[in-house]
Amino acid sequence: MTARVDSATEIDVPAGPAHHDGGVAQATPPSPRRRRGTGWGARLEIALLVGPALIVFLGLVIFPVVMAAYYGFFSWKGYGPPTDFIGFRNYVTILQDPAFQEAVLHNFTIVVLSLILQGPAAFLLALLLNRRMRGQSIIRVLIFVPYVIAEVVVGTGWSLMLQTNGAVNDLLEKMGLGFLAQDWLSNPDLAIWTLMGIITWKYIGFAVILFLAGLQGIPDELNEAAAIDGATFWQIQRHITLPLMGPTLRIWAFLSIIGSLQLFDLVYIIWGQYVASTAGTSTMATYMVSEGRNAGNFGYGNAVAVVLFVISLVVALVYQRFVLRRDTEGAITGDQKKGRFQR
Amino acid sequence: MTAYPETAAAVLPVDGRGRRSTSPRLRAASPIVYLVAVLVIGVMLVPIAYIIIGGFRTNSQITVDPSGMPDPWVSVNYLDVLTGDVFWREVLNSTIVGLATTFGVIVLGLMASFVLARYRFAGRGALYALFAAGLMFPLTVAITPLYIVVRSLGLMNSLGGVILPQIAFALPVTIIILVPFLRAIPEEIQEAAAIDGCSRLGFFWRMVLPLSIPGVVTVGILAFVGSWNSYLLPLFILNDQAAFTLPLGVQAFSSEYSVDTAKVLAFTSLSMIPALIFFSVFERRIVGGLTGAVKG
Repeated sequence: MTARVDSATEIDVPAGPAHHDGGVAQATPPSPRRRRGTGWGARLEIALLVGPALIVFLGLVIFPVVMAAYYGFFSWKGYGPPTDFIGFRNYVTILQDPAFQEAVLHNFTIVVLSLILQGPAAFLLALLLNRRMRGQSIIRVLIFVPYVIAEVVVGTGWSLMLQTNGAVNDLLEKMGLGFLAQDWLSNPDLAIWTLMGIITWKYIGFAVILFLAGLQGIPDELNEAAAIDGATFWQIQRHITLPLMGPTLRIWAFLSIIGSLQLFDLVYIIWGQYVASTAGTSTMATYMVSEGRNAGNFGYGNAVAVVLFVISLVVALVYQRFVLRRDTEGAITGDQKKGRFQR
Repeated sequence: MTAYPETAAAVLPVDGRGRRSTSPRLRAASPIVYLVAVLVIGVMLVPIAYIIIGGFRTNSQITVDPSGMPDPWVSVNYLDVLTGDVFWREVLNSTIVGLATTFGVIVLGLMASFVLARYRFAGRGALYALFAAGLMFPLTVAITPLYIVVRSLGLMNSLGGVILPQIAFALPVTIIILVPFLRAIPEEIQEAAAIDGCSRLGFFWRMVLPLSIPGVVTVGILAFVGSWNSYLLPLFILNDQAAFTLPLGVQAFSSEYSVDTAKVLAFTSLSMIPALIFFSVFERRIVGGLTGAVKG
């Protein structure tokens, strides 16, 4: 689709200065517009228009990431230039630290549980809501509300509700389910499940909305034809809807995985502040902040950032290579968009 | 509508899809569907309602009956928060950061997207790929070195130290959403403008800006909501209470008044009201923008 407009809409800026106009310019003096259309004028425009964005982006996104790799080789408290070069010792320490290994384990547990808990639940909800019903738009909005609320608000609210003498336990008591009352937050064995509950509550709305958009892109004719051929509702879902939802499901899973690997806010707010110990829920990002900035070891914190980045990148690339490859649309990293330009 | 390439189309047609979902071909909902929907919505909303209603109780009410309703309703917690200057200062800070981030993202993103969409030059593909690759560098990963960069720029404890990095990290999504929009503007319009003596920059100013407003609104809302809720970056950059944004303020308030649960609940619910209002006004755009951004 883009290829069609491609050649038509673009302004030609030749590699060499103004070679297009060469012959024409002598015959008919080029209009001011035409002269600016090629050569240095256009380059100046490009520089002026892209320049600010490029400077901000390079200076505040790319440069810090590169510097993280550099600082990671130093033992550095964050003041003055780093001088104490220690090679890969930060990395060795990180990888050998049981606390970090535990954090990685938590991250991958969250990745898997998010996919298992949110995916099917959100898909069923989307199927359920994808029909002619009153108030569908208001239902969609309300399901989405937790997603829009700040993590801090979510964390504060749930922390207060989940305290041992909080509203959740009290409610269970009132319903005669007092035996279910738990120390939801500070019991390290239970904490990760509590976290998963909160994560599901906060983020499932996004999956539902995404899946609903995908479902509504499936032509009704397909379902009708299958129904006429005698397929049951569940057969239609299994053999028509699910395959056609593939791209949407795969993109959602990708975002969910990356989000789970980089989870920080909720854990840091709930377990950092209200429980004062992230035992049972620590993630790579909370480890990075508590061992890096909070402990004053900036070299070490940068090295953790690099490890976190590499793990995310490897997961993302593997996922792209083996899962997303099937989809024509939907490269999050923009590989396919780049392809558009090369076409 | 059909003239828009994939991404732009995915951003726009929430309206169109919404209409289709009520087409007579879809199965009608049974009472069970409504029941499940109501249950799900209950689960989503009860915790939020708890925070808001809890602010109308006293601490002794909360201690005696943690999950009860206010009896009687008291407004002193909300009044305390609303008459203090802490809340309003943080609302102001959050608003400044949000608006400045949104403005910066739109201006820088539009200019760069215009070039990427409508100029042909060596290295354009690489430039686009560079911006797009920014999606792989989320703020979480870059936060420690970013903190050092911001500190060496002398922007610690200033709102600018939050605004600039937020603009930088919002650029990739912005450019990915806007480039297809700008590409879809027909060449004929540009030619007509040129014939009328409009330069390329004039064309950008007079034609591209108005025509790209739907994409700009989507991008702007994503940037504003992201900024309003952002926690990690302000946590690193703003150590001075006077510069706190609302998320930091909520956290500081809840540690400072940790024994005054009712007041914490009041402060917390007041802090989410602006976001909720903003969301209810722009709900279609936000939902459409997110699904569009993801699918594109």
